[in-house]
Amino acid sequence: MPEGPDLLSRLGAFARLLHDAGLEAGPRRLTDATRALTFVDLKKEPDFRNALRAVFVSRKEDLPTFEAAFDIFWAPPDPRAAAGVIPGRPRSLPLSPERAKAWANALGLNSSQMDRDQDPRTVPATSSGYSAEELLRQKDFDSMTWQETEQVRRLLEAAPWRVAERRTRRLRSARSGHIDLRRSARHAIRSSGELVQLFRRKPRMRRRPIVLVCDVSGSMERYSRLLMIFAHAIARREDLEAFVFSTRLTRITRLLRQRDIDRALTSVSKGVRDFSGGTRIGDALADFNRRWARRVLGHGAVVIIVSDGWDRGDPDQLTAELIHLRRSAHRLIWLNPLLGSEGYQPLTRGMAAALPYCDDFLAAHNVQALDDLGRMLAKLDSRPVRR
Amino acid sequence: MTAPASIDDVERRLRERRYIGDRGLATSIFLALKLEKPLFIEGEAGVGKTEAAKVMAEVLGARLIRLQCYEGIDLAHAVYEWNYPRQLLHIRLLGEGEDRRTAEREIFSPEFLLRRPLLDAIDNDDATPPVLLIDEIDRSDEEFEAFLLELLSDFQVSIPEIGTIKAKNPPFVVITSNRTREVHDALKRRCLYHWIDYPNLEKEVEIVRARAPEAADGLAREVAALVQGLRGMELYKVPGVAETLDWARSLAALGATRIDAQLVDATLGSALKYQEDLERIRDQVPALVEKARGA
Repeated sequence: MPEGPDLLSRLGAFARLLHDAGLEAGPRRLTDATRALTFVDLKKEPDFRNALRAVFVSRKEDLPTFEAAFDIFWAPPDPRAAAGVIPGRPRSLPLSPERAKAWANALGLNSSQMDRDQDPRTVPATSSGYSAEELLRQKDFDSMTWQETEQVRRLLEAAPWRVAERRTRRLRSARSGHIDLRRSARHAIRSSGELVQLFRRKPRMRRRPIVLVCDVSGSMERYSRLLMIFAHAIARREDLEAFVFSTRLTRITRLLRQRDIDRALTSVSKGVRDFSGGTRIGDALADFNRRWARRVLGHGAVVIIVSDGWDRGDPDQLTAELIHLRRSAHRLIWLNPLLGSEGYQPLTRGMAAALPYCDDFLAAHNVQALDDLGRMLAKLDSRPVRR
Repeated sequence: MTAPASIDDVERRLRERRYIGDRGLATSIFLALKLEKPLFIEGEAGVGKTEAAKVMAEVLGARLIRLQCYEGIDLAHAVYEWNYPRQLLHIRLLGEGEDRRTAEREIFSPEFLLRRPLLDAIDNDDATPPVLLIDEIDRSDEEFEAFLLELLSDFQVSIPEIGTIKAKNPPFVVITSNRTREVHDALKRRCLYHWIDYPNLEKEVEIVRARAPEAADGLAREVAALVQGLRGMELYKVPGVAETLDWARSLAALGATRIDAQLVDATLGSALKYQEDLERIRDQVPALVEKARGA
């Protein structure tokens, strides 16, 4: 490793690379890194790497990006890793194309090492409801024509409902409720130890979190954009965790947080790689139950699954996962856009398997339906439904 | 005990106390001490996060002060509370002639203060700064996080009746999280970060030998291999190192020196905590045991 002033400028450049790749690497962290490096033996590469990791990374998701950036910036290219022999170590960084090019030039690398690995194969979607194979392709939202998008968005943003509240464990003072011993005693001391007045407190109320798990497979294509607009609208005012799936599950919560809806939707379509692929609801829910349920289902969350139930997977698996999911959710709601069409009966294999385990089965084909959903969410009982 | 002089020194001391960690953890601990920053440790349940903080305290020869977080934890439980019953008694027992003003000043003195873990950690006279373990911060709520953020930036607490208490001897802070929810970035930014992963087979065998010495060598290895196998399966709750240790101890208590399908089947509950997981794995036990015995 370089030492002295050269190291400082290199470190600055490394922080910029991390920043471009989406890590938080501000001046404060750079200072910490500089200080940290005075305590480690720079000749030992693992220690040098560990020290920078401890400073620049603060969440698990960022670890692969850090390792890739470190390898690219500090280490001589390792042919084994480049060939993908070292598992779990991606050789690419999430950079925008122009930044990737600039960095490749600056570091004297082949630009393919910097690019996000993009799958160049684009398989056309089959015209039927779902596709037979996993279609990993990036679907651009802009190509969908939704004339009423603007109108719909405004309607959804202005919708008057808010999600119902639940009781938290935190207490606040109130006119009625349990006796607040602390305040009452406090007051008593001021009046010579006489309990003149009793103060009370009761649990503070909080809005329930919503967890939206949205099917964006081929058969749902016509509804995807509208549903994403819906998700964006509620993300703006509610505590929302959002996931989309077709053949795999992707969390889009952070992507939806951008204020500008077009930007938010663009990053969703970029971040989700299997828009309009086939559907495996059971797999997606299994993944959700194992990887996310414990993290996002606290605090009495309401889970909303949006899907038409066209499923290529195993109905038994779907049933098992729904049973598990329902146990950890305050309420499990299934929205089906097809429910709006006349004469629809939930006969698809997936839907038939799912129906008995959902607390509510509602339509989601137009703004009115979404609005009805909103009203229902606003009126949720604090007690769980009897199942 | 003196502060560790190098990363090697931290590693050696952890090992002496039978904590088998990786070089990355030793580096993070060493830097946290040197830079005087809190250490934020994340990892799945049962990988030894809390244990790391406990061993840290031993290594430094410092007192361990632990604050277990839960939903709704507030300042009265985390920092301080006045001892109201005592205060009330004191005031009621005052004689007629005594001055109420002085009495009021008296009852709002440190003597009537119930010190909770955070105040204890800030206001300490220890020769070696204590280790403050803020355990499972993901269970607390945003309000508490915001308060901690403030506390960690200046290590002081203000109590209106007494004044501001500033740490002469700031504690070494270790925060752990199971990631049941995302902790706010602002708080994490103040800390050095370390993610504890599940150990690989060799490391896990070493851990079992160190922490569950009653298990025979062969048994230690087979149980570790078995758990490693389980981690590769689709489970709702993946067993952690804590489960490996429990399992090795249960099997050792049954007098086992090697595993077999029958024993494993009878003790599977040490590792798997969900009925669905148990059911799912039951019929695969013979194959898993076979594989683990070959490892």
